[in-house]
Amino acid sequence: MADVPDVAIIGAGVVGTAIARTLARYSLDCVLAESASDVGTGTSKANTAILHTGFDAKPGTLESRLLARGSALLRDYASEAGIPVERTGALLVAWNPEQFAALPVIAGNAARNGYRAVKPVSAQALYEREPRLGPGALGALEIPDESIICPWTTPLAFATEAVTAGVRLLLGTRVTGVIADATGDAHELRTTGGSLRARWVINAAGLGSEAVDAMFGGDGFAIRPRRGELIVFDKFARPLLRSILLPVPTARTKGVLVAPTVYGNVLLGPTAEDVDDPGDVSTTSAGLGSLLSAGHRILPGLAGEEVTATYAGLRAATEHPDYQIHVDAKRRYACVAGIRSTGLSASLGIAEYVVNELAEAGLALSPRPGGPVPIPVMPNIGESRPRPYELVTAPRYGEIICHCERVTHGEIADAMTSLLPPADLNGLRRRTRAMNGRCQGFFCAASVSRLFRESQSGGVRR
Amino acid sequence: MSGIPDPDASVDVLIVGAGPAGLSAAIELRRLGVGKVLVADREAELGGIPRHSRHTGYGIRDLRRLMTGPGYARRLVESAREAGAELRPATTVTGLEPAPSAHLTSPRGRERVLARAVLIATGCRERPRSARLVPGDRPGGVMTTGELQQRVYLNGERLPGRAVVVGAEHVGFSAAVTLAHAGAEVVALVTEHPRHQSYAAFRVGAAVRWRLPVWTSAAVSAITGRGELDGVDITDIRTGARRFVECRTLVFTSDWIPDHELARAASLTIDPGTRGPAVDTTLRTSARGIFAAGNVIHAAETADIAALSGRHAATHIAAFLGHADNAANAVALTIRTEPPLCWISPNLIRLQVTGAGPPSGTGSLPDQAPPLGRFTIRSGEFRTVVRLEVRQDDRRLAVSRPMRLIPGRPVHLHARWLASADPADGPISVGVGA
Repeated sequence: MADVPDVAIIGAGVVGTAIARTLARYSLDCVLAESASDVGTGTSKANTAILHTGFDAKPGTLESRLLARGSALLRDYASEAGIPVERTGALLVAWNPEQFAALPVIAGNAARNGYRAVKPVSAQALYEREPRLGPGALGALEIPDESIICPWTTPLAFATEAVTAGVRLLLGTRVTGVIADATGDAHELRTTGGSLRARWVINAAGLGSEAVDAMFGGDGFAIRPRRGELIVFDKFARPLLRSILLPVPTARTKGVLVAPTVYGNVLLGPTAEDVDDPGDVSTTSAGLGSLLSAGHRILPGLAGEEVTATYAGLRAATEHPDYQIHVDAKRRYACVAGIRSTGLSASLGIAEYVVNELAEAGLALSPRPGGPVPIPVMPNIGESRPRPYELVTAPRYGEIICHCERVTHGEIADAMTSLLPPADLNGLRRRTRAMNGRCQGFFCAASVSRLFRESQSGGVRR
Repeated sequence: MSGIPDPDASVDVLIVGAGPAGLSAAIELRRLGVGKVLVADREAELGGIPRHSRHTGYGIRDLRRLMTGPGYARRLVESAREAGAELRPATTVTGLEPAPSAHLTSPRGRERVLARAVLIATGCRERPRSARLVPGDRPGGVMTTGELQQRVYLNGERLPGRAVVVGAEHVGFSAAVTLAHAGAEVVALVTEHPRHQSYAAFRVGAAVRWRLPVWTSAAVSAITGRGELDGVDITDIRTGARRFVECRTLVFTSDWIPDHELARAASLTIDPGTRGPAVDTTLRTSARGIFAAGNVIHAAETADIAALSGRHAATHIAAFLGHADNAANAVALTIRTEPPLCWISPNLIRLQVTGAGPPSGTGSLPDQAPPLGRFTIRSGEFRTVVRLEVRQDDRRLAVSRPMRLIPGRPVHLHARWLASADPADGPISVGVGA
């Protein structure tokens, strides 16, 4: 069946794109279907942007294993692909005796997860490292490998690699049902872009994974969207901290953290609130208020700095405490769901695991003729390496359009003519940072939207 | 004049920002005989905010004529060019250090410019929705006046459908006029204050022509819409009652903040009230050779006031370059405001100390008057008929004539009390008298 794709992946978030680029290393015909107009627009785009080690995972779970493996893989991948990553380390700060007493337990837990670099930090050493920390901290654990990462470039890099290797990316294509089950040679899916056939189907639909699973007769889990609101502070807040400042986690959530971002800002969040609507990414005054009061206790200096952005993301949590990854060999269907809040860090570990499970279930994996395509080199939108405006390798990289984030005409033109150009201004923001700064478009939105429109009609100056 | 500065070029004065303040300073510096004046502006088109403010009312106090924003901007650019200043559009000052020296980034590449003096004239901007912590969805169609004006007047965009404007200062009415021009139906101006803050003539004119209701004691408390804006929740802040108002466009106006990035990057002292660089009455900042003028030190005054502020700085920069740096052995005293006052500009005074040892026989330096001979003050609340008082420790230095305080509108305090301040005493405070 030369004309029937081998695999259809539903969902081009960080997990779906990671699976796509991993499968694309083999001689397979793959399709990646995404309901939105861009990759990485769901949970993947709105999170805490931390590359977790998995030190605090529940030992023995699949999440613990894939998180440890995935974060190691992503660290290497990011350095090759130029995905902004900074190994800032994290400090898990105890603010009361109960939390302080929990620190050795957490260190022991980390060791059971295979992570042994955790070190206790005295209160004095903590304040030497983080002199702007609010008063009252009793001590901390240092997790030296916790890192910050660009959550936007990561799925874009995966998708770019996959598409380069021949994966067909179908954007704006929502899977709405199954026309024919895999009793014959292939599944036939009903989508908003017509029917789609494939021998294997992988459900990586994130918040939509329960609905897709139901189409395949699954009833093993229910998606319970858990909203996290976050606040991004102005770049002037960045000198207030060096490391990621983690709270001592509770059973429900990792709690409110303060972290630098690879764009040079400071992030505060997330809240954790179960919501019914899997599209409800609104912020609330109660949520933002609670974050601010927590943030001002952790880093009092935040009170004097401006807020640059507020946003909310939804974690694709389920009623289960672990990932819901199942491969059904008979039905040639894989469900990759319940990835909760660790999908970014674990993505490549999940992809590796799923592909191995698929191979065991009978998916033939033969090397891609000519070998795998090289890992793409992505535009640098992070602050740890020189930005295009600091290099000015051509005049258009000296023409700054977005002044707050110092995004040049050249970078906008590059994004518009890239293999995966943005479908809208938000897509351009995620590719370049344009309009993401403290003025939120007061100065540049008109110019940026003009360049976007001109380039869509083919007139971009290169 | 059109010469390209070499890397490590030297100029007498580098002016950052080619708006009314920067251009007026350049014109004045050249008139005073200063040699090399370089004006760098990050926008491709020079002139600053007036470029996209179509309404009239520009140029009254500085050029003594009535002009539209774009006409005024063109006029200042032409005058600065004729005066012999070198104007560099599309050039961002990406770094500023004491000495002073600056890094310029432009399509030409990266350059380092040494300057004997620098004037920061980077203006101000409105706080966007996020900085105001307005919760809800994040649809399109939500913007500041700056974005609105550029989209409508520079891009020629149409904005059909209902629109809500947040803020009822002058700029709120100006935004409403711009929206009407773009084909929008302005539902209302919403203000948390108990009444609007614009001039009666402006408001009545706009209200009659475009029938603009002003909803007072009200706030936009949530934004709804996925992709496109559907509408906003309006909360009555006296009763807490909420209602949904449909709209396609939401414009956040006023709530100005200085565009102080360069000032902070250069580690200049920032005034906690204005949030711009702290400046003395000669508009000198905390760093030797670095001055600041215009709306970066008082966000936001009208363009002509910004222009006069730039001109004022120019006279003191020229004196500084001529080695009349009589601030070197002066004592700086901070001026603080007490609620309901939000800020005062300038916010430092320098007093001469004569002789060694404890200061004695003191007084203000000669020629230390602030721009237009007065301090500019903003209040956060309405007050009818109050007098402002200037105090130093327990001493009352001055009392103003009776005045009315309106949030977002300036009031002025004369500077005659400067001579009676004592450099040996504590900071100076300005508040509302009993």
